[in-house]
Amino acid sequence: MSGLKRLPIWKRLRRRAERQWLIARAARRRKVLHPVADRTGQIRSRDILAFVTQRNERIRLPWFLKHYRDLGVQHFLFVDNDSDDGSLDYLKDQPDVSVWWTDAGYKQARFGMDWINWLLMRHGSGHWCVTVDPDEFLIYPHCETRPLRALTDWLDGSGRRSFSAMLLDMYPKGPIEAQPYHEGQDPFQIARYFDPANYTIRKNPKYGNLWIQGGPRTRAFFAYDPLAGPALNKIPLVKWHWRYAYVSSTHMLLPRSLNLTYDEDGGELASGCLLHAKFLSSFSQKAAEELDRRQHYANSQEYRAYHAGLQGEADLWCPESREYQDWQQLEELGLISRGNWA
Amino acid sequence: MSSADEGAEQIRLGVVLLCHADLVMAARMARIWLDGGARVAIHVDAKTPQAELDAMQQALADCEGVLYSPRHRCDWGRFSLVQATQDAAEMLLAAHPDLTHVYLASGACLPLRDISELTAWLARDPQRDHIESVSAHDVGWTVGGLNEERFSLYFPFDWRRQRKLFDRFVDLQRRLRIRRRMPRGLSPHLGAQWWCLTAATLRAILDDPRRAEFDRFFRSVWIPDESYFQTLVRRHSVRIESRSLTLAKFDHKGRPYQLYDDHIRMLEDSRCFVARKVWPGSSRLLTHFPRPASDQARTLPPDPVRIERLINRTVRRRIYGRPGLLMQSRFPRKDAENGKTSAPYAVFQGLTDLYPDFESWLARHVSGDVHGHLFGPEEVEFAGRVRVGPGAISSSAIVRDHDPQGFLTALIRISPKMQVFQFGPRDNQALNWFMATDPNAHIFVVTGAWMLPLLHSGMPFDDVRRVAATLQRSELHQLDILNSIWVKARVHVWDMTDFLARPQALLDNAFWQIDPDAELVRDLPPMRDMAGLDQLLRRLRNAGLRPLLTGDLSGLAPVPDGAAPQSERNGPR
Repeated sequence: MSGLKRLPIWKRLRRRAERQWLIARAARRRKVLHPVADRTGQIRSRDILAFVTQRNERIRLPWFLKHYRDLGVQHFLFVDNDSDDGSLDYLKDQPDVSVWWTDAGYKQARFGMDWINWLLMRHGSGHWCVTVDPDEFLIYPHCETRPLRALTDWLDGSGRRSFSAMLLDMYPKGPIEAQPYHEGQDPFQIARYFDPANYTIRKNPKYGNLWIQGGPRTRAFFAYDPLAGPALNKIPLVKWHWRYAYVSSTHMLLPRSLNLTYDEDGGELASGCLLHAKFLSSFSQKAAEELDRRQHYANSQEYRAYHAGLQGEADLWCPESREYQDWQQLEELGLISRGNWA
Repeated sequence: MSSADEGAEQIRLGVVLLCHADLVMAARMARIWLDGGARVAIHVDAKTPQAELDAMQQALADCEGVLYSPRHRCDWGRFSLVQATQDAAEMLLAAHPDLTHVYLASGACLPLRDISELTAWLARDPQRDHIESVSAHDVGWTVGGLNEERFSLYFPFDWRRQRKLFDRFVDLQRRLRIRRRMPRGLSPHLGAQWWCLTAATLRAILDDPRRAEFDRFFRSVWIPDESYFQTLVRRHSVRIESRSLTLAKFDHKGRPYQLYDDHIRMLEDSRCFVARKVWPGSSRLLTHFPRPASDQARTLPPDPVRIERLINRTVRRRIYGRPGLLMQSRFPRKDAENGKTSAPYAVFQGLTDLYPDFESWLARHVSGDVHGHLFGPEEVEFAGRVRVGPGAISSSAIVRDHDPQGFLTALIRISPKMQVFQFGPRDNQALNWFMATDPNAHIFVVTGAWMLPLLHSGMPFDDVRRVAATLQRSELHQLDILNSIWVKARVHVWDMTDFLARPQALLDNAFWQIDPDAELVRDLPPMRDMAGLDQLLRRLRNAGLRPLLTGDLSGLAPVPDGAAPQSERNGPR
């Protein structure tokens, strides 16, 4: 693996100042987080932790917790952003969940990342940490036979501290509202389709990460301004150290070396996917609600576009969509890779 | 009962077990060896907490004949590992003088077959030493890094903890041309760390009168556990089977591969006796092996071809990747792509200008997917002008121009058939160097053909002149690239008049090149009317724009010297 180009000293100092600013900001905003159930005392030294911000996701939570428990996540740290659908009570009762409640603005907290950065700094240091949304489901090579611990052990052995998993938007065939989602159901029984090759990649010179855009959202909602479509590159699995910080969502981190999850010499590093179960029956209601709150990225441009698109009962499916089978299929398509993890 | 089985009675196996982490698993392995009738000497790294060792001793309390050798603090790549092996082996041989063989294994080495099958195998040739031992003078047993220099330089620093010092000291010694002399009579050999020696050979190595001298030498050899016994065995043994009985593969950085539950079938088929390194969480693997002895499999030799192939394949994927793939974990620098695209493709330039129906006509003649101008300025002209292309690739020109290389490579990767598309000086020229240096590209260019649509455009002459100047500049620039010495594509460039002299033969040849099954060209699609082209060219000349690319049309325009653009030695930018 080639290293990042060494930046001149003033640029390195700037990145460092930026990182320290992010950490200080996160530490300052810790006061808005009110512990509801703090079970962090249960965390043992080698546990894999999950960090999640959620709002009104009650119906999705059971499957989410099941998915990550099956992978081998031992403790969940939730920030509940003022839910009113009972999800806080549900989380409170889970034996392996610690949950904090806040009614502070999502947007003012850099879309929740300040809260997460704080929890990561406070509880994540020295652990492998998965930072995801409740509609993101991590899969990786060999995930049906090897637990997450096998992956993190192997990453440890290879000297890697971060693992990239691109966001793969999943959608049903037919109108999104057509098949209602039931609590506890596998969302990918409904949202079974994805775009196999519709992705553009650019390197971000500032942080050294890749910008990946495209997929069904760009195709359907951003056809007139495709470059404004959402970023799909994510680095959700990191062996945390309190000096690290997520810069923008989980798209990129500081220090920059954590973003180097790709090989520039032609080889392939191991990588996974976050299957994105956003486009389910509850979605258009959510889009309308989020649009009212105006708490999302770039003036909720995304939700505005979705809302407009969904009025006409949007169907993301197209004849080129592929039906999801397993990780081997994604690897064959070149969306993920096993690298040298045989 | 075969004779081998009778011989197996004669074999007394001893095992040296090196353990440093996860003693729970190590105890489990020790028990497998002990249950198989082997004597075991265990070395536990001095860095391992005493509590863990106590637990291990407790777990093995009911087993007789377990020896615990003096604990050394072992660092990877240092002599301490050899010392630990020596001590444990000496202890084992002293306590059990009747041993005939000693097997060196680690606490993460899992016996795959019943120990009785191993002893039966050893009994087939009881004098043979099973140790991989490859001459360091000959090419590469090692993966990346030092080979002969392991012996000829000094290595006082720890590679893991003092990497910078280590690297600098190696560089310094190279610059000073330091070469240590091997002890007389030794020839450097390397090999896998895990071996099975006859007691006689092992004793000879340990009791060698010059052992102190050898140990002193190997103390500053790098990774002596892969060379000490491998070198000395050449001095004392006459029957060497240079192949380890332990299956242990390393990746391109020299780290051992881990074995998981999903490897069970492959490991079983490999029929190896011992495999490493087992990931401690592979509970199914650990309960599945060792397989009980069976009469059919009893005497079958190890055959690790399949698992080695799997591992070599993943190493290739890690180092070279899949050609033409751009993804989240593979984003090669320019010219480090290891294959710019994944399959051959063909580019036709100028032919749609000569023959307006060329695209549909071409689709009838070749078997690939025939697209229009994929890089057209208005939109991506996929075959059939679909809005969503193969693999759901967007037909938006903005998206395509955001990442043109990703667009083309993804299209070629996702399509099962050959991709054929039209090109021209109006299109996005960003990939000219990329395609010209790609061996998968077949590029056919009729220069100056873009003049014909202009002739029929009905635009005012001033506009025609302006557009012609732009297009000519663009095409000349492209031809510079296609004529450079870095071209890897198969390029055919004809100027328009040359092409029109025998279009059928040239197209035939082109089709044959991209699709050997293409049928002969018997008809040509209707051509654009050329009447008035010579007048247009003359007007352009007189307006100060010298047409360079259409060729000698009718004797009106004398061919300038530079008609066929000279190749200029421009490097790829």
